[in-house]
Amino acid sequence: MEATVVKTGTEGKTWGGGNYPLKASYGKMMMWFFIVSDALTFSGFLAAYGMSRFKFVDAWPIPDEVFTHFPFLHGVNAPMYYVAFMTFVLIFSSVTMVLAVDAGHKMKQNKVIFYLFLTIIGGLIFLGSQAWEWATFIKGDYGAIETKGGQIVQFLDKGGERVALRDFAALATTERTEQTEESGIWFKNESEYYPSVSFEQVKAGFLANDNLLVRIQHKDEHGHHIILNREESIAKVVNDGKMVVEGANLRNNEYGHPLFADFFFFITGFHGFHVFTGVLLNCIVFFNVIIGTYQRRGHYEMVEKVGLYWHFVDLVWVFVFTFFYLV
Amino acid sequence: MAHDQAHKLAIFRGTLKFKSNVSKIWGVFVILSIVTTVEVALGIIRPAFLVEHHFLALKLLNWIFILLTLFKAYYITWDFMHMRDETTGLRRAVIWTTLFLISYLVVLLLIEGDYIYEVYKVGFIKFNF
Repeated sequence: MEATVVKTGTEGKTWGGGNYPLKASYGKMMMWFFIVSDALTFSGFLAAYGMSRFKFVDAWPIPDEVFTHFPFLHGVNAPMYYVAFMTFVLIFSSVTMVLAVDAGHKMKQNKVIFYLFLTIIGGLIFLGSQAWEWATFIKGDYGAIETKGGQIVQFLDKGGERVALRDFAALATTERTEQTEESGIWFKNESEYYPSVSFEQVKAGFLANDNLLVRIQHKDEHGHHIILNREESIAKVVNDGKMVVEGANLRNNEYGHPLFADFFFFITGFHGFHVFTGVLLNCIVFFNVIIGTYQRRGHYEMVEKVGLYWHFVDLVWVFVFTFFYLV
Repeated sequence: MAHDQAHKLAIFRGTLKFKSNVSKIWGVFVILSIVTTVEVALGIIRPAFLVEHHFLALKLLNWIFILLTLFKAYYITWDFMHMRDETTGLRRAVIWTTLFLISYLVVLLLIEGDYIYEVYKVGFIKFNF
């Protein structure tokens, strides 16, 4: 048992990983090749995001207006501060990881333990932040109307400030009837999500309040969403309006084009999955360091290999941050 | 074998030299932090000049973001992932392959996306209801 832990079993085997082409060990080189292929996967996603965005370039949501929340600061408009915080957390956990690798080169077991611990904590903070970011995005903020053509219409007052549906929607006049198999068609189910107000309530409240305008997905030449005047707004809501959208899911998205939410869930989700895997790998290596496996093996290369993966996760986030939140 | 390798301690083409690997790590962290802060500040302010002027169909601001991102990616790969210390062969196998394939894909997909945008705009199908 002891021997299998301390030795990797590759010593001197030319075809078993005991050879060092390009002065990199088998494991390290394979980690690099995995990183290359994973980088191509991520760039495939990001390039697809870019293509969809170019397809709808004059109707794409403005990230500054979507990600405006910060935990414990309700109603404060804080665009991007939270993502910036997440970026710093991930960069810092990359720093502690590379410090752990450095301590490993010097065979300082306790320092490796300390820095790996900080790295794991950083990863967990990032994962928690991402969960919060998702929850906020899914829950939504102001709510919007989706038209028959699948466009999102958002509400503003005359001063240009966004207005939430719950603040102006009329009170419900009829009870909401639940769709059951007996009263309806057998293959039709209840819709998956229930907005807090119905479209009829929103329409009545909008018509009763002269101070309200709508803005549409399309943008003017300065990149701002076009705001319709009162007559056009009424025509848009009455003629084209179909349903209420609150928050975002894979089909509807109150912030704008549904593809924006789809890519958000897919890309940040895939990245979050990588962070989760990285934390798991870090934990395994962390416990191996504590029980002294690498000290007895004589080198901390395992920390270095897991470190490569961890830095790669950070590297990907740098790109996700740019293309999802900044550009 | 892992612990006998020497680190290259100079960055910025040799203009900034560090005394030890640990101080180089902290130096790179400071550089990355400064760049991220600049990115976030630009993203919040969005200076009018940079937003309204374009170069190759992209806003100047977006070009700045992309260049700063590549700058950060370089230092993460070179100093955190120790690419600076690897052999030339390994470095080229990884970097050239990735850079070529990614730029190829991105250019093709963005041209395609822009083409579909034009079709939606001037074609006979109208999504204006």
